[in-house]
Amino acid sequence: MTAPAAAGLRTGRIVVVGASLAGLRAAEALRDEGFTGELTLIGEEPHEPYDRPPLSKAVLSGRLSCDHIVLPQVRNIDARWLLGTRATGLDVPGRRVELADGRSVAYDRLLIATGTRARPWPVQAGGRLDGVHVLRTREDAERLRGALLASPSRVLVIGAGFTGGEVASSCRELGLAVTVTQRSATPLASALGGVIGRATADWYREAGVDLRPHTTVRTLEGHPSGRLRRAVLSDGTTVDAEVAVVATGALANTEWLAGSGLAADHRGAVSDAGCRAMTADGRPVEDVFVAGDVARWPHPRYPGQLLRLDHWDNAVAQARTAAHNITHGPGEQLVHRPLPAFWSQQFGRYLKSIGVPALADQVVVTQGSLDRRQFVAAYGLQGRLVGAVAVDSPRVLEGYAALVESGAPFPPLLGASDGPDHLDPVDAAFPGRAAGSPPDHAVSAPAPTAHR
Amino acid sequence: MITQPPSPPLRLVVDLNRCQSYGQCVYAAPTVFRFHGEESLEYDYAPDAGVRREVARAAAACPVQAITLGGATEPAPTASGDDR
Repeated sequence: MTAPAAAGLRTGRIVVVGASLAGLRAAEALRDEGFTGELTLIGEEPHEPYDRPPLSKAVLSGRLSCDHIVLPQVRNIDARWLLGTRATGLDVPGRRVELADGRSVAYDRLLIATGTRARPWPVQAGGRLDGVHVLRTREDAERLRGALLASPSRVLVIGAGFTGGEVASSCRELGLAVTVTQRSATPLASALGGVIGRATADWYREAGVDLRPHTTVRTLEGHPSGRLRRAVLSDGTTVDAEVAVVATGALANTEWLAGSGLAADHRGAVSDAGCRAMTADGRPVEDVFVAGDVARWPHPRYPGQLLRLDHWDNAVAQARTAAHNITHGPGEQLVHRPLPAFWSQQFGRYLKSIGVPALADQVVVTQGSLDRRQFVAAYGLQGRLVGAVAVDSPRVLEGYAALVESGAPFPPLLGASDGPDHLDPVDAAFPGRAAGSPPDHAVSAPAPTAHR
Repeated sequence: MITQPPSPPLRLVVDLNRCQSYGQCVYAAPTVFRFHGEESLEYDYAPDAGVRREVARAAAACPVQAITLGGATEPAPTASGDDR
């Protein structure tokens, strides 16, 4: 069935809320798809779109300044840019976005690309103290960089996920003493499981990080002046630190959608597989779309759950899918079904992942070895390959991606020359799960927070 | 004398999911691309316009075509409400 092209939108008004990676790439894709109408980009931050992954690494370490992380615009988009402008409300039937300054912007089609923000530390547990940081924006990075340049006697990093590990790594590069607390037994446990997590814990310790697994921060305490002084941990011990970095995950920027009737909360804004926003009572909205970190959608490969992938390449791919579907009719709609992929750099290692390791019940090292710090680990769920992680071995993942895409058996048959003589899969040791049982949480839960 | 129109600022980004650390960009434009650690690529998103030719060579040399160069000639947006 071929629908008339007129059913898609080529003229009129498109508003994109969110002027970061997904919003920018969506705007470019809309023009590539032939949209000639009025295009408006609304962004809360005052900056033109920039890239976030270097904030926790090269920017924090001082190798790159924030002026040098601006994203290229790959084509002219002839857009009206409303930067430094927060969207505060959405009137779906009236097709209007309300802004913090009292103005409103009318649209024929809307794309929601407002992303996520760092989960803040609770105010009642010391979240307002001077010296307590999160890391998500340029300003966050500049503030934290300034605090690190003041040579604090110790930095406390709360959470050993991807952001926490990268911050701790950057602090060690700067020669600062670092303590990292982590709720589970190892770093990265919810994303990669305990087996690979234990290997990453060795990197922390070799780099001189004081890693505290199975430990949370009960409260942050300050001097009478309001400056952070120390943290009281769940085991009753204390850590003296002048800087704390809260790296405990992300919250979706959906507050402005409250009262709109859309299905949206701190976990994301829900769309269908074609990026069309869903109402709270489960109907797709014809003229509102969702893309990027903020989106939760039913990925055809992972049925029965809503996926939120705050990954860099997902922001780009989902923006393109949404732009295509905005500009095309019912017979030409695309389904968004990417193979998840992300990467991280910490403690001198380069870690890359494809698929969803967090779904797995078993893991096996297929190439290299954990001891050599250079390896590939394959992840299986009920006899199928569902993901792979490569450390300092970036060139091999393509092949694993093809195997995951084709639903290859686990353990995989590779015949790799640097592999072990025979593969011996073990329980992947994801926290809170009995061996052999699938995850009881949404796939979105263990997704990293910094690397789209 | 022929006056050239002012060239737009140089902007680039590398898709590090696609990057496989072949290092061709590091050879082509060493002031822009470098390895940090064994395999981790780091680069300047907004290098001086004088290295445009090297950066274009790096983008062309990348075996996995992970480098995207800016192509827009319209001015970069500035923040509205600059009293923030």
